[in-house]
Amino acid sequence: MNEKNELPGGVAPQPPIEMRGVSVGAMRDASFTVVEDVNWLVATGEFWVIAGQQHSGKSDFLKMTAGLMAPASGSYKLFGIETQTFGEAELAGRLRVGFVFEGGQLFNHLTIGENVALPLQYHQNLTPDAAAREVQPLLELMELTPLADVMPSSVAANWRQRAALARALILKPEVLLLDNPFRGLGGRHLQWWLRFLDQLWRGHEWSGGRPMTMVVTTDDLSRLTGWENANRKFALLRDKKLIPLGSWRAVEAAGDPAVKELLAMPVGATM
Amino acid sequence: MRENLAKAFEFADTQVFRRATRPKTYTDLLGRKLFLFLLTVQGLGAFALITLGVLLKKNGLARNVMGPRIRQEIARAGVALMPMFLFVAFALGFLVIGQTVSALAKFGAINYLGSTMVIVVVRELGPLLAAMLVLARVGTAHVIELGTARAMGEVEALEALGIDPVHYLIVPRVIGMAVGIFSLTVYLIIGALASGYLWAFLQDVTLTPGDYFKQLAEALGWLDFALLALKAIAFGFFIAIVTCYHGLAQPLRLEEVSRVAVRAVTQGVIVCVLIDALFIVLYLVA
Repeated sequence: MNEKNELPGGVAPQPPIEMRGVSVGAMRDASFTVVEDVNWLVATGEFWVIAGQQHSGKSDFLKMTAGLMAPASGSYKLFGIETQTFGEAELAGRLRVGFVFEGGQLFNHLTIGENVALPLQYHQNLTPDAAAREVQPLLELMELTPLADVMPSSVAANWRQRAALARALILKPEVLLLDNPFRGLGGRHLQWWLRFLDQLWRGHEWSGGRPMTMVVTTDDLSRLTGWENANRKFALLRDKKLIPLGSWRAVEAAGDPAVKELLAMPVGATM
Repeated sequence: MRENLAKAFEFADTQVFRRATRPKTYTDLLGRKLFLFLLTVQGLGAFALITLGVLLKKNGLARNVMGPRIRQEIARAGVALMPMFLFVAFALGFLVIGQTVSALAKFGAINYLGSTMVIVVVRELGPLLAAMLVLARVGTAHVIELGTARAMGEVEALEALGIDPVHYLIVPRVIGMAVGIFSLTVYLIIGALASGYLWAFLQDVTLTPGDYFKQLAEALGWLDFALLALKAIAFGFFIAIVTCYHGLAQPLRLEEVSRVAVRAVTQGVIVCVLIDALFIVLYLVA
């Protein structure tokens, strides 16, 4: 297998994410199970939206998927390699996955520009000037250039979240995991996110036209305007179970009260 | 990476005990305190070994990021404290050396000045005072910064970016603290010895600068230089370990940060006293 797990002779690459009977403990108390018995396969280029109400375990599930904590039980393969948490040996695999935290979680001692440049500077040992030159196109693309020298605490939450996306993208990951990225976004920013993520998924010019595998969690399906028609897959996280729903049409047709609530519909209503 | 932190803290989760109901008897209280102490020692020991391992293994990695961070920490735990240490050196010279010189002169024991100064200032007060002051000024800042970073999810963010938090956050602080305390100790000792003579001179003690420094030079042996360096570096290393451990390990909520800062400083003082005691034994044995 080569560096990217692609077999010679045109054999399909390993699926980026493959879970068999996986249970996930809470980040703050691993003894408390938040999601259990997950059997989930994410193929290359797929776009998954995982919906769930607050405290349903979306963040912990996504953090486990990103390798920030080990699964409580079961088998989790990332790019075909059995993964617990990422150690030094799995660094190459870790850098193929980008993660956007809810709220951004930027480094408060660095400016927005330095936040975005840090992964590049650290992993490629670039000087600050060289790193700043490298990140400039991405900052421009994401309309962050005017904020490059500003500290995160001085920037509105909308822009912090966007800077967090830029930081996750700077190493050009193959898989992008986004934890509730639309929460609290204003209307204009939300439209920008929906459009930009869609472009990334299909293959943005910035990433050389290569499609990106994506997993997005959300607690409000009603905000995903424009995402109804594309070939996205939806799943629901409820009662510690990951329930695949299928396409947007299946989401709308689902009679589950939890789905209706996430669609901001009255529980008794039909579409 | 995460495995480094997890290893250090998996056996040292003292929060369960700290949040438990109040013990009913003194025996229970004593047992719990002892257990907490042992857990903390175990956690600190593991953390120190892991940090040392990362320091050696990742030496030279990401120089363009780590270099400025290390220089920044040396400046914070060293250069930035020089004005304050000048004042302290002056005060120490006046309080200890000036009065000692004056007292020895009264009893005609001025010939013992060198050895007295070496024992009091070079072996004991200089390094210990420097360590305590850096602990108070910089160690508390470490706990608060790291505790806040942990509570705000910045440590997780580092891990998500494939950056080892021990390498990025702890190693610069450990190096900065060790270099800072060593440099400031030398600075404090020189300043205190010089200002001490100045105070003695002002009290009309008949001792020429040449005689004074000759006595000091005769009283100082190679062992003093070697153990002084080792002691100052040990103070720096362990203060950084204690403060970083508490900042990074336990608080996951912002409201716990201030309480943990107090605990870290207390343990820092205890560690310094224990190291000092160890070096006294070494002086006596050597």
